[in-house]
Amino acid sequence: MLIRAEQITKKYRSRTGDQKAFYALKEVSIAIEKGETVGLLGESGSGKSTLGQILSGLLKPSSGELFYHDQKISFPMKGETRKKIQILFQHPEVSFNPMLPLKKSMIEPYRVCKKPYSQEILLEAIRKFGLHEEHLERKPQELSGGELQRAALARVLVMEPELIVLDEPTSMLDVISQAQIVRFLKEYQKEHQTAYLFITHNRKLAEQTCDRICEIHEGKIRV
Amino acid sequence: MLEIKDISVHFASNHFVQAVEHIDLSVKDTEKVAIVGETGSGKSILLLAILGLLPENAVVTGQALLDGRDLLKLKRKEWDKIRGAKISYIPQGSGNGMNPLLRVGFQVGEPLMEHKKVPKKKAFQKSIELMRQFHVGDEEMVARQYPHTYSGGMRQRAMIAMGIAAGSRMILADEPTKGLDEKRIQMVAESFQMLKEETLLCVTHDLNFAKEIAQWICVMYAANQVEYAAAEEIFQNPLHPYTQDMLLAMPENGLQAGEGFALSHDEYEKGGCKYAPRCRFCETRCKREQPPMAECGGHKVRCWKYVD
Repeated sequence: MLIRAEQITKKYRSRTGDQKAFYALKEVSIAIEKGETVGLLGESGSGKSTLGQILSGLLKPSSGELFYHDQKISFPMKGETRKKIQILFQHPEVSFNPMLPLKKSMIEPYRVCKKPYSQEILLEAIRKFGLHEEHLERKPQELSGGELQRAALARVLVMEPELIVLDEPTSMLDVISQAQIVRFLKEYQKEHQTAYLFITHNRKLAEQTCDRICEIHEGKIRV
Repeated sequence: MLEIKDISVHFASNHFVQAVEHIDLSVKDTEKVAIVGETGSGKSILLLAILGLLPENAVVTGQALLDGRDLLKLKRKEWDKIRGAKISYIPQGSGNGMNPLLRVGFQVGEPLMEHKKVPKKKAFQKSIELMRQFHVGDEEMVARQYPHTYSGGMRQRAMIAMGIAAGSRMILADEPTKGLDEKRIQMVAESFQMLKEETLLCVTHDLNFAKEIAQWICVMYAANQVEYAAAEEIFQNPLHPYTQDMLLAMPENGLQAGEGFALSHDEYEKGGCKYAPRCRFCETRCKREQPPMAECGGHKVRCWKYVD
């Protein structure tokens, strides 16, 4: 099993202390195999993004355990595990520094992984997403939502992840851009056996994209 | 009635960007029209141009006639009398249209105070009625809450209530479902369906939502209007290759997407049809010459296939 979460609970205390604690997740268990796409379907506020952020190491659960290749993970997630589990956000603009041209943000994963990079390597990484040299010189706000989401995906792939948490990756995009991103993800998965946790509120999209679907409602999961 | 006549918008900056090109559109009273298209196609810019809300470096030409009066020629003081009273705007992003520091009920009733000089308490009571009507919430307490305590769907519905509070009959909405889940999209659609007397021009990238709320659909691609027809016709018998590709890419139709990704503004065919580089039916003529708008079986369509 690539990743396994057991009895994950995420609790938020009330700030004033006069209200009950809020449970974003209640004893949730989920497992994803290599090369598998698991859909996580639920309404706003159901806890799907919280679970995605816990699986990608961005958020520490209040209780429960997480296993990666059957090894228990401690938080904060570090080293190779942190690199091999990546997340793609719903709003691509949050993934990029608004003050920097795209090129500087694209270089970051090469630095983190201590991989060599050059202009040609960067161009090769973005060309397969229909992006060109001039896009690298632009700031994030000068790109369309579709272009920025493709750049975010190109950046995530530099890390050669084994699992990508796709948090509503296409909900801000038009239908053609959505279909193109899904097609790319499927092709990439075939080649690299990458696993995806596909978070969405769109049932039809989940049915078309995922091998199996888990539904989440008020912090509880049902398969 | 809103008549858009040959509206074009470009931005005078370092890069020349033609955001909207020669748009003609006529929205009769009580009609509901959706403008669909991909990001960057110019649909939101068109709305902002009609409302006189574009930045100063935007150059707008053409006419936007609301009951015969050209909105593009209005001065700021004249706009203050019209916005909220005759024409209302629901901006993109459910929280963007609201002041986070004011109670929602006060904001919904604000157009009444501004345009009808209704006292604050009465306006607040009226806003509670309106919010009930649009199922935002049943109790006075809901109106006393601040925007951050609302879900995205509740905020959008409060915005619709605000839009008609002072009797405005023309609603311009920009992506009212962006970022909302299916249940909340359905709630917003139901609220729009309740607008019987009002005229609606709604920009959206959600085709299913457009189908739910609109009688007519205008399809935009790369600053141009490429097809205009009755909503049923667009879904059952799309003519323009871009409209056809959009429908094929819907999840219910199998997420079929052609090769390659959407192009940037500067990659479009110069002089020819802007969809030519992505079009399955592209011919030599398409690359050379921009097709005119043709009439075909109740559709207006900008494609050489239908010109002859």
